[in-house]
Amino acid sequence: MKRSFFSVVVLGLVLAFLYAPIVLVFVYACVPNGSSMSFFRTDGSFIGFSAKWYQMIFRGDYALKDLMQSLWLSLKVAGLATLASCVLGTTAALALHRWKGRLQSIHHALVYLPLVMPDILIGISLLMLFVALGVECGFWTILLAHVTFCVSYVVMTILARLQDFDDRIVEAAYDLGAGPWYSFFHVELPLLMPGIIAGGLLAFTLSIDDVVITSFVNGAGTNTFPTYVSSMVKHSKNLPAVFALSTIMLVFTCALVGLSKLVVRGQPQKPKEAKGTKGK
Amino acid sequence: MGVRTESHKTEWLTTLPSLAWLTLFFAVPALIVLAFTFHGHTPNGGVGEWSLATWKELVDPDYPTIVWKTLRISFQVTVWCILLALPCAYAIARMGTRWRGVVAGAIMLPFWTSFVVRVFAWKTVMHPDGWLQAVYHGWLHAKLALFSWIPGVSVPVLADPPPGNCLLGFAHCAIDTARTTIIDSEIAVVLVSVYTFLPFAIMPIYTAAEKFDFSLLEAARDLGAKNFHAFRKIFVPGIWQGIVSAVLMVFIPAVGSYVIPQMLGGTNCVLIGNKIFMRAMQQRNIPHASALATLMAAAVLVPLGLAAWWTRRAAARDRRKLELRTAQLMSTGGQR
Repeated sequence: MKRSFFSVVVLGLVLAFLYAPIVLVFVYACVPNGSSMSFFRTDGSFIGFSAKWYQMIFRGDYALKDLMQSLWLSLKVAGLATLASCVLGTTAALALHRWKGRLQSIHHALVYLPLVMPDILIGISLLMLFVALGVECGFWTILLAHVTFCVSYVVMTILARLQDFDDRIVEAAYDLGAGPWYSFFHVELPLLMPGIIAGGLLAFTLSIDDVVITSFVNGAGTNTFPTYVSSMVKHSKNLPAVFALSTIMLVFTCALVGLSKLVVRGQPQKPKEAKGTKGK
Repeated sequence: MGVRTESHKTEWLTTLPSLAWLTLFFAVPALIVLAFTFHGHTPNGGVGEWSLATWKELVDPDYPTIVWKTLRISFQVTVWCILLALPCAYAIARMGTRWRGVVAGAIMLPFWTSFVVRVFAWKTVMHPDGWLQAVYHGWLHAKLALFSWIPGVSVPVLADPPPGNCLLGFAHCAIDTARTTIIDSEIAVVLVSVYTFLPFAIMPIYTAAEKFDFSLLEAARDLGAKNFHAFRKIFVPGIWQGIVSAVLMVFIPAVGSYVIPQMLGGTNCVLIGNKIFMRAMQQRNIPHASALATLMAAAVLVPLGLAAWWTRRAAARDRRKLELRTAQLMSTGGQR
């Protein structure tokens, strides 16, 4: 096995490139001066790191009221959009997996096209729908838009899971006298759960990060975290607070994921074995 | 017969929720956009009578330039992403199983920090007094010194050079420091776009490379092929479907990109996306925004159609499988 030195070097550089802004976020979260975004005084001397932005966040400082409100709205929208798109995505993936007729090819096209359309087109077309219907934009239009673009990703993730799904298990359930509802809730759903959770996580990430579609359908004054941040002027005084908040969120997510990995490792691969024996 | 109708009913019941949702909120809005392009606009921001006025106004000399610029930048971004993604995917696919998961996860991890926040971090480091600005100026000087004598190569950001000072091509005196900031330049947009879309190029190529039989490369070397030659003639064709997916996954969002040029390109880098946003949200010219959106949809659907036409059905099926696998990898952060 000959490893290419060149490709490993490129990989290292690319990883450095991908992580550079994350490091910058950490560093600039400690900047002492929010309007110059610099660690240095005008005469070039070093001021030092500052923890005041973290303190502001934990104190619930009034200057950050809008920022915290936008984050709260983002979490609410992402949570609800994840739930709704998981429900729609699961039924859609099951239908696409089980039937292969004309109806499903139309269905597949409708699921697939939002994935290949640029976000901005989904945003503007939804805006046009709301204009045509005369709907006032706000929380509900944001939620509706988020569900629309999340569904397709959830379907794809669950479909990937269904590819190595043994359909004979469902047949066996039917043979043993289970009805369609019983077999769905007691056989298919538990087996699909890892796929649904993965799809839901993807939907949550996409929803909480979306700025393009939201900026078309949010209406005046309603801001999610990304649209609020992107509307901050070039050198808004509170930019380091945004960086500090992002650092806290990243640490929190990493801790959560690490914890879930530990929990999964704690159970010695039980579901996999069960699946293997059932498959045979 | 009874079983058949029963199954038909179940199919409809299972399909209906998502089918209805996507028809209402994806297909119908797309048709509304198309319909609006055949309307005029009213001064108060509404939609006027049926007319062809909007399409006639699109000939406006501004628009072709913007479309061309968008396509050119998207093309640049795509080429850079693929060039960087190929060796990365190769390196990851040649690692042990344990490391593969870790590195693939490491590539997706930056996504856990908000995209807008990361763009702001770039913006901060591109400050006119910062070091990236110095690097950019160094590059401009080098470009000026080395290439300015070639006819046709222009270094577009020059102040009027003081006469007599620019001997031997060392014309660094001619760079106007105030006008040549890296922020608000096309380079900034390309750089940050490559940064944003690179993981989307690496993942599908890696998914394809994972299945590639690396002993073929060794065979090629045994038969006397040089490393790079074997890479180009054996590896690249072997993972071709992955490359096609990667091109689509970078080119399409790049054409639709609007946040990056808006935050980093300033007035020097207005792309179709920015124009759509301006027309729709600031000037309230709904028909114009719709027409531009239709143009963008065409810019996306044409390469997609070409890709579908080029690859045969079996290849298309392979690619769909690859895409599913990529979705799985990305949603679980590279862990299996």
